[in-house]
Amino acid sequence: MKKLLAVIISLLAICGLLAFSANRLIASDSGGSNGNKVLNLYNWGDYIDPNLIQKFQQQTGYHVNIETFDSNEAMFTKIKQGGTSYDLTVPSDYMIEKMRAAHLLLPLDKSRLSGLSNNDPRLMNLAFDPHNRYSIPYFWGTLGIIYNDQIVKPGSLKHWQQLWSPKYRNQIMLVDSARDILGFALASNGDSMNTTNLHQLTDAKNKLNQLSPNVKAIVADEIKMYMAENEAGIAVDWSGEASEMMANNSHLHYVVPSEGSNLWFDNLVIPKTAKHFDAIYAFLNFMMQPKNAAQNAKYVGYATPNQRAKALLPKRISGDRQFYPDAKTMSHLQIYQNLSPELVGQYNDLYLEFKMHHR
Amino acid sequence: MTQRHFTSWTYYVPYGLWVGLFVIAPVGLIIYQSFLDLHHHFTLANYQAYFESGTYLMMTVNSIWWAFLITLFTLLISYPAAYYIHQLKHRQLWLLLTILPTWINLLLKAYAFIGIFSQAGVVNQFLSLFGIGPQQILFTNFSFVFVATYIQIPFMILPIYNALDDLSGSYINASHDLGATNWQTFSKVVWPLTLPGVKAGVQAVFIPSLSLFMLTRLIGGNKVITLGTAIEEHFLTTMNWGMGSTIGVVLIVAMVLIMIITGERRQDRGRVR
Repeated sequence: MKKLLAVIISLLAICGLLAFSANRLIASDSGGSNGNKVLNLYNWGDYIDPNLIQKFQQQTGYHVNIETFDSNEAMFTKIKQGGTSYDLTVPSDYMIEKMRAAHLLLPLDKSRLSGLSNNDPRLMNLAFDPHNRYSIPYFWGTLGIIYNDQIVKPGSLKHWQQLWSPKYRNQIMLVDSARDILGFALASNGDSMNTTNLHQLTDAKNKLNQLSPNVKAIVADEIKMYMAENEAGIAVDWSGEASEMMANNSHLHYVVPSEGSNLWFDNLVIPKTAKHFDAIYAFLNFMMQPKNAAQNAKYVGYATPNQRAKALLPKRISGDRQFYPDAKTMSHLQIYQNLSPELVGQYNDLYLEFKMHHR
Repeated sequence: MTQRHFTSWTYYVPYGLWVGLFVIAPVGLIIYQSFLDLHHHFTLANYQAYFESGTYLMMTVNSIWWAFLITLFTLLISYPAAYYIHQLKHRQLWLLLTILPTWINLLLKAYAFIGIFSQAGVVNQFLSLFGIGPQQILFTNFSFVFVATYIQIPFMILPIYNALDDLSGSYINASHDLGATNWQTFSKVVWPLTLPGVKAGVQAVFIPSLSLFMLTRLIGGNKVITLGTAIEEHFLTTMNWGMGSTIGVVLIVAMVLIMIITGERRQDRGRVR
């Protein structure tokens, strides 16, 4: 009995110690070594030009702390659990919807923002954030096909349906993402990429099963390396990844099928953990200045939503149909909606079945 | 309670805390999670879904099959290797060299193999010299088993080596003196006496092999799907921790079964370092 008591007491003592030190840590964090002259940015890895951070710090005197994440879900979990003091973060479209529903976002104070009108109106006021109450577009892009012109005749590959052609046997690499892979199968059937119809989803999965002989591998980030090294002739991946591949291999081309594909956004939002509001608005306004947005777009290689920044970019970037698709293609692009957890489960179960089938 | 009595059990406090916090509590949490659905209500539906779904059962069979193959090849390579290392002059040095690869991060080793097996890799350059390249080596079942076996070999060699070390040379001499052939000496004396080492090695290799998920993607290109793939997906993408935990519980049960099957007679057979 005494043993038990002692164990319980020592456990409690350890818990107490941990709680105390955690409290101290949080207190010292928010107090900040630099007082209120800091900005805590929670961003994707390598997703901002470091020179811009330097410039911002010199201009305004705020010190920018950057922490990075590698998936929307990881970012969501960390902010939801609390104990952090991030001032700004960069979720994708459907995640903004989800964070909004979970009351994790603070609305923007529009009176403190300047330069909102620099943004392309087609990329504002979208369903995931009506009237941009919570978010400002940071970068945007698409899902498409990357091909190597040594294997595929340039200009001949334009539609999802062509991926099923027997001549591409064991040539295609897919990015390991349930939503995107089922999404392009749905688009090739003319169905919505946000479908909640189980029939359409099952059809898409069966169609993917038929693609199996053409699929060389389903991989993640490594796809960039493989495509740059000519390991495969064709890949299905996002435009941002494509631009990185193309920088390393001049034989690669990117195409967004005109019948429809995914349009995605990464937007700046203020999570409810934010504390340094002067710094936040200084930073948002700084990033919306056309010159700075253009410099960032050149560094990151994604498409900028800032029209005036786009005008400042060299013609070879801003005139590039691969990354700034024409109006007709744009009108067929679909943004992912936040699906219910059950439906996310459905998508992933079907995707798992496709993976099992693929061998 | 005497002073001595008091100090003797306090020695167990750190150990007890460790086991409690890092072994029993996580396993308890996983079992608890496995009974929760997406909305954190108590349910048995996860287990029902697991055992009714052809996909998960197929995946379980796959996992066991691949883990079996990896263990088999690891054993086939490791036993002779341990045997010969044990007979060498500088055996400690050779043993050190075989263990050396475990000091390198698993992910780095996987990436190294991508470089070796890819279309422009060393193996294909070599094959091209004879006009039979480039061949598709990456993303095949062969490359997956090869790399997994390579990674697991040190964990098999060590316990077998120790078992051979514990085996007194006089048994072998006695066996030869009594007229046994080399093969008889091996099959009737050496093998049975080193079996505990083999069992320990099988445990150390088979159990982690059940849930390899990094290699299935990096080397296998997701052409090999194991339960690890599904767990990763449920925890990171679908956020269905209940289902992920259910698969985790199945794996834990499988591990306990393996321990029971391979470990039953270890107590009688003496120590295995």
